[in-house]
Amino acid sequence: MFDLERWQEIFEAISKNKLRTFLTGLSVASGIFILVILLGIGQGMQNGISSEFENDAANILFIFTGATSKEYKGLNPGRQITMKNDDYNTTVAKNEDKLEYKSSVYRIWGGVVNYKKEAGSYRVEGVYPDYQFLENASMTQGRFINHNDNNGFEKVVVLGNKVKNDLFKNGEDPLGKYVQVKDINFKVIGVYTDPGGEREESRVFIPIATSQKAFSGGNDVNFMSFTLEKEENFESALAASEKFSEELETFLKERHTVAPDDERAIRINNSLENAKRFYDLMDMIRFFFWGVGICTIIAGIVGVSNIMLIIVKERTKEIGIRKALGAQPISIIGMILHESIFVTTIAGFIGLISSLALLEFVGPLIETDYIANPSVNFNVALTTVFILVLAGAIAGFFPAWRAARIKPIIALRDE
Amino acid sequence: MIEIKNLHKSYKMGANSLHVLKGINFSVKEGELVSIMGSSGSGKSTLLNILGMLDEADEGSYTLDGLPIKNLNEKIAARYRNKFLGFIFQSFNLISYKNALDNVALPLYYQGVKHKERIDIAMSYLEKVGLADWAGHLPNELSGGQKQRVAIARALASNPKVLLADEPTGALDTKTSYEVMDLIQGINDEGRTILIVTHEHDIAEMTKRIVNLKDGVIIDDSKVNQVRALSNV
Repeated sequence: MFDLERWQEIFEAISKNKLRTFLTGLSVASGIFILVILLGIGQGMQNGISSEFENDAANILFIFTGATSKEYKGLNPGRQITMKNDDYNTTVAKNEDKLEYKSSVYRIWGGVVNYKKEAGSYRVEGVYPDYQFLENASMTQGRFINHNDNNGFEKVVVLGNKVKNDLFKNGEDPLGKYVQVKDINFKVIGVYTDPGGEREESRVFIPIATSQKAFSGGNDVNFMSFTLEKEENFESALAASEKFSEELETFLKERHTVAPDDERAIRINNSLENAKRFYDLMDMIRFFFWGVGICTIIAGIVGVSNIMLIIVKERTKEIGIRKALGAQPISIIGMILHESIFVTTIAGFIGLISSLALLEFVGPLIETDYIANPSVNFNVALTTVFILVLAGAIAGFFPAWRAARIKPIIALRDE
Repeated sequence: MIEIKNLHKSYKMGANSLHVLKGINFSVKEGELVSIMGSSGSGKSTLLNILGMLDEADEGSYTLDGLPIKNLNEKIAARYRNKFLGFIFQSFNLISYKNALDNVALPLYYQGVKHKERIDIAMSYLEKVGLADWAGHLPNELSGGQKQRVAIARALASNPKVLLADEPTGALDTKTSYEVMDLIQGINDEGRTILIVTHEHDIAEMTKRIVNLKDGVIIDDSKVNQVRALSNV
């Protein structure tokens, strides 16, 4: 291997056969290049989707109720379950340390809102102050509902941006103005915008205490919404939220005398579980990329084997001459393998380095939400280079071995 | 130097067997310049290939410089070829991507001679055949006569006991042929044993002994008065 004389022979052969060397190298380098780019994009897609979920308050839970679907403890199915303020207060009290943001919501149906002559039908919801964060709403004017509003049953309202634009024409400042919600006067204290767009902005929020009192809601709660404290990584966040939703579900079902396996009466929508589906999909995509990558490598190996076969064929006469001059069979095999391993190794690293460079410099420029920072595990890439080199060597060995066994007389006759 | 007894060789051509050499008895002493003549198919090239250990006989014995040549495996055959024999081919058989100097140095590479020494020796043989100025040229930049001179230098480079030439002038015009023969005669004058296969009478006349082969047997083996190639150039 470190025989200087042999290296000189190899370099001479390589430098005098540039096209052959180039073609061998090209098939190896492109195989590695494609594999690394594929793996990089796969990783990039995973990063992109992960960051999508990081940006939202992704670990959000919604708790809904409906009618029971199963008979339980002598109670008939079809019974409507409604959560009360107590449910919310107890849940919050029990899980004080786990919850980040929390709010229960009372919804007013047929919420007609009007200001002077302008009117519209919007979703009107009684909420707690945290609801701003649960909805990712940010204030453009004024403030959101606060605790005092709830404690004092204040008749104040926060408008969505679209609602403001609908009701307050001519750029009139809504703050401090009174709008009518189902004919009751509410004072506008803020306007919010929501990344969810117009649909999310065509809502108005009022304090939940006020909503229950003013619109004869009693203690009723339509749904509850929570986020949990942040965890270090996705796996533990998922585990924590699954545990929390399971406990909460059990607790609420017991309280309302609902069968433990009744899926309709009390439902918890866990956004992290939705996220998990994306991650599963991601795994599938990565699996697919690996499959394509491995096929590319196989194609590369076949390419290298083909070229090795042609090289040996092309050099049959040369091999005959060398043998007539006294070359040992082993030195013929060594010469061909040495050359092929050298060329595939160099080409493999060229493919590896150029693809890594491309990922490094072009990767950050990709501006799509679904691919972020494409990168590849260097060890994986390195391993594939060695596999390819090894495969090329094995593929080259058999034709080389056969060539070394050809009688020089036959090789020389081969014109 | 060379001693062969009752040599037989046949080739299988599908179902048929072609008996090419039918009991050859023949010996060459050191310093001889022998030509083997015969029409095509007479078995002269086969004989030369067996002598060159490029092919093996079916029957009979072959002794080279006192060394019995039999049951050779590839490794030993390669070593003997490298040590004892120098080949000159009709089609020169130079390696196309190596220049004249590197072609001449190749047998020395297989002898394990170091690079610098190899180049020095190869250069001295190129000087001997008068091509020192062409050392850096590739074979396709040389004329036929020059290529054959390079091949002769290569055959000499490993300092073999016997030179085997298979139609060395077959691809050359008459004038160039005589120049090459003059070179071969000069090498023989220095005491080197040389065997030449040819079918050209004028070339055979330039050797010291003519062996005539017909249908696999020697029909005539006689010494001749050597014609010096130089007088014909």
